[in-house]
Amino acid sequence: MGTFHSDKGALHGITVIVRMKDGSAWVGRCDTVTDDGVFLNDCDHHTEGKDGRSVQEFLEAAKQWGHWPNIKHAEIPAGDVAEVLRLASLP
Amino acid sequence: MPYPEEMIASMRTELTDNGVTELRTEEAVKAWLEANKDKTAMFVINSVCGCAAGAARPGILLSLQGEVKPDTVATGFAGNDTGAINYVRSLAPQMPPSSPSVYLFKGGKPVSYVPRHVFEGGWPEGVAQHLQGEFAKHCAKVS
Repeated sequence: MGTFHSDKGALHGITVIVRMKDGSAWVGRCDTVTDDGVFLNDCDHHTEGKDGRSVQEFLEAAKQWGHWPNIKHAEIPAGDVAEVLRLASLP
Repeated sequence: MPYPEEMIASMRTELTDNGVTELRTEEAVKAWLEANKDKTAMFVINSVCGCAAGAARPGILLSLQGEVKPDTVATGFAGNDTGAINYVRSLAPQMPPSSPSVYLFKGGKPVSYVPRHVFEGGWPEGVAQHLQGEFAKHCAKVS
């Protein structure tokens, strides 16, 4: 089931994980995914070991409870992105 | 700024016409929790989001058709019933706020939280299955 903004792509409005090539990860509400990158709103970013938590622990907590929107907007360059997936689909 | 009531009226009644109690103030939520302190109680944070229309509200209603379910269900509307919503959220400050979302209380304490992303892009049947899994953990009667 998509959103009301058919020009924005299938992930528009969906909470996604953006896994980065450097091992860090973003969680946030996807605006668009373009050739330039991934544009997120109300998002958070986690690097390995930050606040005593691994990236995997951060993602598992986000899947169970949601994430804190510590960063209002992020433009993530496509070349740094390893994978984009729905938070709800995290195993 | 709250949403115009005429815009969200049908979003409210989709739940309240099906047995869900509407609570718009902090005082109303406190009284509801106190009255149900020995029971399981579910609070639905309703929302204008598309995922509330397509997945959350119909999925929540479908979940309540099962045998194992909360003893009582209430709702408030995000952006409009701010007293009620802020109070519910204050009871579980470790859980990031989102809407739509669902809080499950037992003994007046939050025992489960279903955040917005569970509803995003989903279908009522999947939402109902997820919620019924939570009901099985927290609402099952011991015979």
